[in-house]
Amino acid sequence: MAELLAVRHLVKHFPLRQGFWGRQGAAVRAVDDISFNIAENETLGLVGESGCGKSTAGFSILRLIEPTSGEVWFEGENLPALSPERLRTHRRKMQIVFQDPFGSLNPRMTVERIVEEPLLNYEDLASGQRKQRVAEALETVGLLPEYMTRFPHEFSGGQRQRICVARALVLQPRLVIGDEPVSALDVSVRAQVLNLMVRLQRQLKLSYLFISHDLSVIRYVSHRVGVMYLGRLVEMADVKTIYDQPAHPYTRALLSAVPLPDPRRRRRRIVLQGDVPSPIHPPPGCHFHPRCPEAMAICREEPPRMRRLAAGHRVCCHLYNDHEEWIVQPPASRTEIRLQPQDKGESV
Amino acid sequence: MLSITDLVIGFHTPRGTIHAVDGVSLSLDEGEVLGVVGESGCGKSVLALSVLGLLPQPPAFVAGGKILFRDQDLLKLPGDAWRRLRGNAIGMIFQEPMTALNPVFTVGNQLMEVFRVHRNLGRAEALRESVEMLAKVGVPAPERRVKEYPYQLSGGMRQRVMIAMALACNPDLLLADEPTTALDVSIQAQILELMIALKEDMGTAIMLITHDLGVVAEMTQRVAVMYTGRIMEEASTVTLFDNPLHPYTLGLMGAIPRADATFETEALTEIQGVVPGLGNLPPGCHFAPRCPRVMDVCRTEVPPLVAVAPDHRVACWAVTHG
Repeated sequence: MAELLAVRHLVKHFPLRQGFWGRQGAAVRAVDDISFNIAENETLGLVGESGCGKSTAGFSILRLIEPTSGEVWFEGENLPALSPERLRTHRRKMQIVFQDPFGSLNPRMTVERIVEEPLLNYEDLASGQRKQRVAEALETVGLLPEYMTRFPHEFSGGQRQRICVARALVLQPRLVIGDEPVSALDVSVRAQVLNLMVRLQRQLKLSYLFISHDLSVIRYVSHRVGVMYLGRLVEMADVKTIYDQPAHPYTRALLSAVPLPDPRRRRRRIVLQGDVPSPIHPPPGCHFHPRCPEAMAICREEPPRMRRLAAGHRVCCHLYNDHEEWIVQPPASRTEIRLQPQDKGESV
Repeated sequence: MLSITDLVIGFHTPRGTIHAVDGVSLSLDEGEVLGVVGESGCGKSVLALSVLGLLPQPPAFVAGGKILFRDQDLLKLPGDAWRRLRGNAIGMIFQEPMTALNPVFTVGNQLMEVFRVHRNLGRAEALRESVEMLAKVGVPAPERRVKEYPYQLSGGMRQRVMIAMALACNPDLLLADEPTTALDVSIQAQILELMIALKEDMGTAIMLITHDLGVVAEMTQRVAVMYTGRIMEEASTVTLFDNPLHPYTLGLMGAIPRADATFETEALTEIQGVVPGLGNLPPGCHFAPRCPRVMDVCRTEVPPLVAVAPDHRVACWAVTHG
């Protein structure tokens, strides 16, 4: 599969102002050096508990918040380095669906106005054509075009989330970031929206970055999964490997903690002690060591390096120090663009 | 121990009267854990509040039925008798531990109140008991925590404080309304383990209200599935998961992503349409407009809750007469 998005060493720190003069001191290290790819027509699930930086990672990729450092390669360009005008031309190919379908729709706008807004921003269409495109987008997500004149309050939560998806799709993007898109929905409605998103991916060849705290949802939608803890990626692999052979103690504990809808299955649950520490003063060494059932002396002192367990399976844990280090590859799209004589022979 | 019969709770609204709980009958034995599952608006929280006598009246009113707790009818209880019962024989845990705790009083203050009101303890003694209770629910450094305010605690810690309060007087019945919904997975596991341990320790009966079938499967012995104020199906937990009969229960089970399935293998079952508003419920079975097995009788007649096996009751025409 061809690579669509390549994130390299992405970092986002939120500085905390201290003292009367607002001098800068500590910082919330929300995202702390993460790297991954998303291929065309692929779903990458990003999972973790609250405060692990998964949403911040999504926002930084779109530059809805400016990343502190790192690269985000999309269509051969590094987004954080682009001028605002240049960024605009790529933004239309990347859309986002937020968690709260109540807060993310303007209550004073009709559905037509909401869904056509991206078209007004990016495309110079006659009003008839615009209306046509809005109607098509609504139909794609399973809403009647007659709903165009209605206001958001007339819809249920699931229907509102469909409106959000229609708004994201009207510009025919290549990448859609879903930030907990089904977490606010009831079980039966959640299934409708999940099925819709999976169907649209097949139809429209979309790529998803699917951010969620819900491990069952992540398993259902994702091809590959990354597990985050306190701003760092601790493990990443294809969905089957993550759920069948989790390697990182945190991944194992998370998976064992999910209550299963099967009263006959009584598993040994790994219960993690304590809370997620503050990202302002993360523990030294491995961030997870104070809660880790398998912590060793080295975990308290040295941050673990990313190790390669198998093709496409990497884990950041001292238990696997006998495995070779995972080398972050330069993004394919960048080498493509830079294929000029002086770059030949550069290691890829 | 607790027996609810034909309970009907109505609300007066500007658009007329609605019934949030519509003829619910349930019972709970000593030391049993009963799960009440359903989606938003099914009346499960109103049911819990009515057992606690905490419904604001008006707009709420009891339109019929009985709630017997240890042979006294709770609905006929005067106000001060309620106050003696609540927090004493009946404890409660709510979903949102931030809003359920008073932000301007210390944790110790709020915990001590329980001991002082219900057991007439003096300050020093109440403080000692509070520290002991916090230690019991797994709050580290309880001597320090009693002096802190709710905002200084994490979500999991706050929920532990709520549990400490609920269990302070060793209640016989604990009502837990979505106790882990606002918590992270790893914290949810801690709280669930804690509730199981305390139940086994003290023999408390628990009515666990939740929308999460996973939590129900792990925690409960019996389950009632609610939809728009009515019980659709009730069975022992193992029976319900082995042999769900009501189309709504089946729909719910198919709609949760299974642990062993991905979208490559199978699509989730969808329940068509949305939960109807309580203001415009269909006549007959409330689930009829969304039901894949709907028959003519479903649109006109309310199906009764019928026992299809000793421990299995279903309210569905298609199951009982189909």
